[in-house]
Amino acid sequence: MPAVKETIEDVRRLEADKYKYGFTTEIEQEFAPKGLNEDIVRFISEKKGEPQWMLDWRLDAYRRWVEMEEPTWANVHHPKIDYQDAYYYAAPKNAAKYKSLDEVPAELLETYKKLGIPLREAEVLLGVEGAEDRTAAEAREAPKVAVDAVFDSVSVATTFKKELEKAGVIFMPISEALQEYPDLVRQYLGSVVPVTDNYFATLNSAVFSDGSFVYVPPGVRCPMELSTYFRMNAQGTGQFERTLIIADKGAYVSYLEGCTAPMRDENQLHAAVVELVALDDAEIKYSTVQNWWPGDAEGKGGVYNFVTKRADCRGRNSKVSWTQVETGSAITWKYPSCVLRGDNSQGEFYSIAVTNGRQQADTGTKMIHLGRNTKSRIIAKGISAGRSDQTYRGLVSVHAKAEGARNFTQCDSLLIGDQCGAHTVPYIEAKTPKATLEHEATTSKLSDDQLFYARSRGLDEETAVALLVNGFCREVLQELPMEFAVEAQALLKVSLEGSVG
Amino acid sequence: MLEIKNLHARVNPEEGEAKAILKGVDLTVPAGEVHAIMGPNGCGKSTLSYVLAGHEGYEVTDGSVSFLGEEMGELEPEERAAKGLFLSFQYPVEIPGVPTLTFLKEAANAQLKARGEGEISAPEFMKFARENAAKLGISSEMLKRPVNVGFSGGEKKRMEIFQAMMLSPKFLILDETDSGLDIDALRVVADGVNALRSPERGMLVITHYQRLLEYLKPDVVHVMADGRIVKTGGPELALELEAEGYEKFTGAAA
Repeated sequence: MPAVKETIEDVRRLEADKYKYGFTTEIEQEFAPKGLNEDIVRFISEKKGEPQWMLDWRLDAYRRWVEMEEPTWANVHHPKIDYQDAYYYAAPKNAAKYKSLDEVPAELLETYKKLGIPLREAEVLLGVEGAEDRTAAEAREAPKVAVDAVFDSVSVATTFKKELEKAGVIFMPISEALQEYPDLVRQYLGSVVPVTDNYFATLNSAVFSDGSFVYVPPGVRCPMELSTYFRMNAQGTGQFERTLIIADKGAYVSYLEGCTAPMRDENQLHAAVVELVALDDAEIKYSTVQNWWPGDAEGKGGVYNFVTKRADCRGRNSKVSWTQVETGSAITWKYPSCVLRGDNSQGEFYSIAVTNGRQQADTGTKMIHLGRNTKSRIIAKGISAGRSDQTYRGLVSVHAKAEGARNFTQCDSLLIGDQCGAHTVPYIEAKTPKATLEHEATTSKLSDDQLFYARSRGLDEETAVALLVNGFCREVLQELPMEFAVEAQALLKVSLEGSVG
Repeated sequence: MLEIKNLHARVNPEEGEAKAILKGVDLTVPAGEVHAIMGPNGCGKSTLSYVLAGHEGYEVTDGSVSFLGEEMGELEPEERAAKGLFLSFQYPVEIPGVPTLTFLKEAANAQLKARGEGEISAPEFMKFARENAAKLGISSEMLKRPVNVGFSGGEKKRMEIFQAMMLSPKFLILDETDSGLDIDALRVVADGVNALRSPERGMLVITHYQRLLEYLKPDVVHVMADGRIVKTGGPELALELEAEGYEKFTGAAA
């Protein structure tokens, strides 16, 4: 092999090694044909055995999508996406139960191992006989996290289902919920993010494959944290999850979403929709750690993450809290928002966004104050390194009837090196004089003095950077559930490797 | 223990015009001894401390530094720390959001790891921290606060000595540890430093004033002027400087 080529190969290997979750599982997939048209929409709906109204809903969305233009207002740049050059449905072929773990294909187990899912939990997820009962027994002693793993498009299995059932909590793939609780799904689906909301949400409405459905009945405090691992696992398969979470009156639920994806050479489109509904006195806490393949050092490959996440604080005294740690993806376009409809309702947005290499992120939140005495709080920490570019875009809107509304916004940007960019674009509008809005923003560079001080105490440069960045993000990290806080801190370090020096 | 030979250094050209600051420093500090360096502003005292700690803002153009018989050469700051060198900063840096104990535990474990030793356990570390904090009159509330954030000048200096106690270095460089301290705080800090004296440990105390040296009682006093050591003597030299000023030495150097 010529020396130059060998070097290139070596470098490529190094790059690949850096991304711990960049792996692919070789298992047989059942694809829909490439491209998107009405037949594909019908194929997806039929595969899932959906009711007629659902198919009609999808087709309606598809017909509207065809008429829409892809938005260009975000501060991100990418080649035009060819929507006809992707698969819109893939499902693991082997859905049969296994008698024991020995029968489970080794590569599947390996995937779970790399994802950090304990073996016993993997047993349940893979449908090994009797695993669920054993796990449930253990779960009574251990800290509880229920996992609904989306393995590509189809949820492979659901853990702790029985435990949740006892509490009356419904937690299942949305495809199953469409079978078992069609009325509930029909009542709330699209009620927060309407079919025509935006280009990507409309696309999702037409072709969404699966996702999670959560319903917490009145007065119930969900007995465990709910978590979902999304994985994209088929070449050229866009992911279109649809998540719907409803906290009925006085209910509480904390939902954790953690994402890793295999490495890809070609760009992968990810256009998820998450809808949260909080009724009177209900509270939903939604936490995300997003670590999808960001592309290589030159920006080749990587996931396009165009997500619509919105919460409707529909009831009085309801509360929704979004916490996100965004380190992955080549391009992020994401604004988890709260519509504060109920009087005294509260919305919170805590965000850490890290961009390195050639990553681009345009992210922020929208707080729409409709009800009286509604409160919102925004803490956004942006860290730009390498040659990346990052924009915080936020809207605080107070409508005429939202007397006594209050907002506090704090946006801090940290620059590492001198080749990256950070932008803050806050939109603030108040249609009542009886509102209190505060906005604070800072931009700073990682200080050489701090770095030297930390290194003189024995910390190597990367650990020192990670520590300083963790300090910078502390207010947000504190909002994460314990399981995520540790992972997030480690993730910050990995994401910023090679950002200085 | 620390051997500095004909050390020349300048401010790194990256940061403006290259300006020579150290112009041939010769200095040897054996284990167990405390040496003081005194000198007027701008003579290169602080630069010497930064160069010894491996600051990238300075470039060594000639001469050498050896520590425990090993050339320091191009070692990174963290490698020097792991070998047992500790710099107490003239202006300790604030690190928002990072609790002092978290910072020190990370640092201690990074050093242990670099030396191939096992990590210190959390309870062990906490016990050690409580003992040391008590010696310096540092409250547990202060330890929970982010590194140096919102501390007074005196508190910051006290925390530097606390950090030294926690990291148990083989060699301490105290860069104007007495500046910004009132007389009571000075005594507490000096007691802390004296508690660290041992036959295995060396110290280099950089100061303007005799005040701190009254408490520390150095074995040797050096006078630095224009980037060189121009006179070396016993503790009496500090008294002489206090009475007569630096003028005759700066004159001699020029």
